[in-house]
Amino acid sequence: MAVYHLKTPISEEEIRKLKVNDVIYITGTMITARDQAHRRALEYFKQGKPLPLNLEGLAVFHCGPVVKKEGEKWIAVAAGPTTSTRMDIFEDEFIKAFKVRVVIGKGGMGKKTTDAMAKYGAVYGAFTGGAAILAAKAIKNIRSVEWLDLGTPEAMWIFEVEDFGPLVVAIDSHGNNLFLDVQKKVEENRQKIYQKLGLSL
Amino acid sequence: MEIEKIVENVAFNLLKQAVIYLPEDVKQALKKAYEEETSETGKTQLKAILDNIELAEKYQAPICQDTGTIIFYIKAGSEVKGLEKIENALINATKRATKEVPLRPNAVNPFTQKNSGDNTGRFIPFLNWEIVPGNSLELTVMPKGGGSENVCVTGMLVPGEGINGLKKFVVETVIKAGAKPCPPNILGIAMGGGTDIAIKLAKKALLRPLTEPNPDPEIAKLEKEILEAVNMTGIGPMGLGGKTTVLGVNIEYAYRHPASFPAAVAFNCWAARRASARINADGTVEYLTHKKGV
Repeated sequence: MAVYHLKTPISEEEIRKLKVNDVIYITGTMITARDQAHRRALEYFKQGKPLPLNLEGLAVFHCGPVVKKEGEKWIAVAAGPTTSTRMDIFEDEFIKAFKVRVVIGKGGMGKKTTDAMAKYGAVYGAFTGGAAILAAKAIKNIRSVEWLDLGTPEAMWIFEVEDFGPLVVAIDSHGNNLFLDVQKKVEENRQKIYQKLGLSL
Repeated sequence: MEIEKIVENVAFNLLKQAVIYLPEDVKQALKKAYEEETSETGKTQLKAILDNIELAEKYQAPICQDTGTIIFYIKAGSEVKGLEKIENALINATKRATKEVPLRPNAVNPFTQKNSGDNTGRFIPFLNWEIVPGNSLELTVMPKGGGSENVCVTGMLVPGEGINGLKKFVVETVIKAGAKPCPPNILGIAMGGGTDIAIKLAKKALLRPLTEPNPDPEIAKLEKEILEAVNMTGIGPMGLGGKTTVLGVNIEYAYRHPASFPAAVAFNCWAARRASARINADGTVEYLTHKKGV
């Protein structure tokens, strides 16, 4: 378990060094995108329309923050991750289209995303679910917000962050997936649990 | 002061308390889990959780950005005057808390997909009424997170399998939920009634403090047995592996039809938020879960 401090834009080479269980902290630019922003970004891509910013080498955070406006300035009050599996239907295309290097969320992602991360060079960083203030304190500035018509949770927020983490590398760019490994172990444990409870499988 | 204004103020305070300060029993359970966790990755997650709880208190900010769907439980004394004004007071408190705490706007029209922006809408906040003897009003708020809501289930068991069927149902439900409900979780389990009754009881069971087992010793034994069993899964904090998957199990039941064995499992995330207060007939207020107030 090594600890890395990465600065955006992150290169493919830096990403390829990371292994599951490593801990990373990110400094630089990240965007938030949940279900609706993923959908819209991919629609833009198909239509050849540019996104509000170039995402190459950046991090995408599965997050719908609590925000408040002070004058003209948005402030992130609480900004923990949302469940990433909902974005599994978009993420392989998203990584391929926009070359993001780090996907941040909670709960892990599936095989399709894991394969895309191996192919294009990206990792999944698990941020502790619910640890919203820990996240908000690492957001030093909200550069802007795009697509606010989707509602504040679903909009695309552009954050400047400093040492955003700890993120556990739960999917690396070599096909390893910590969540799927845990799931395998859980399957093995099922028999012991049934035995203890006196149940038949 | 008029009952409507008192209820609005108290409900606003409860919402604020609930989203910023975890109840003491939940905090203690998380600290114990951190001390006992043996997985290194699991420990990093529990450490982040404990740090986050402290930061939320320090900065008076919501523990989690998902400040939930707002659910109220009201135990209304039958002698309380002005009960018809309470719903409006709770809606106003929710709107005010959304703006001032702030809470994340989490009420979406399922047909148009539009977010109302203030956490209110048809049936939301949801009110659970109970009429009891007396002249006081007990209010509880449960801001219920979406991640843990997405894995709540009701099921129809085979009556002939008895309690073994329930045990299997719960274990399989926890395994299937995996990392999704932000473990370590609290489980509310209910058996009997009908599908609607079971899930309502299961959700309400999430309000019982972790330090209070079911008063029926046989049910309390079942709670402990299921707790130990689900913690053998190895799912661990945030599903990254470890021995703490569930912090506590609360079981309730209702009588069932001979041919039906409904069961329900409600999950709460580790940010198991709840706050209660009693409003007395003379207008004085006692905060029950958060004694220091806000």
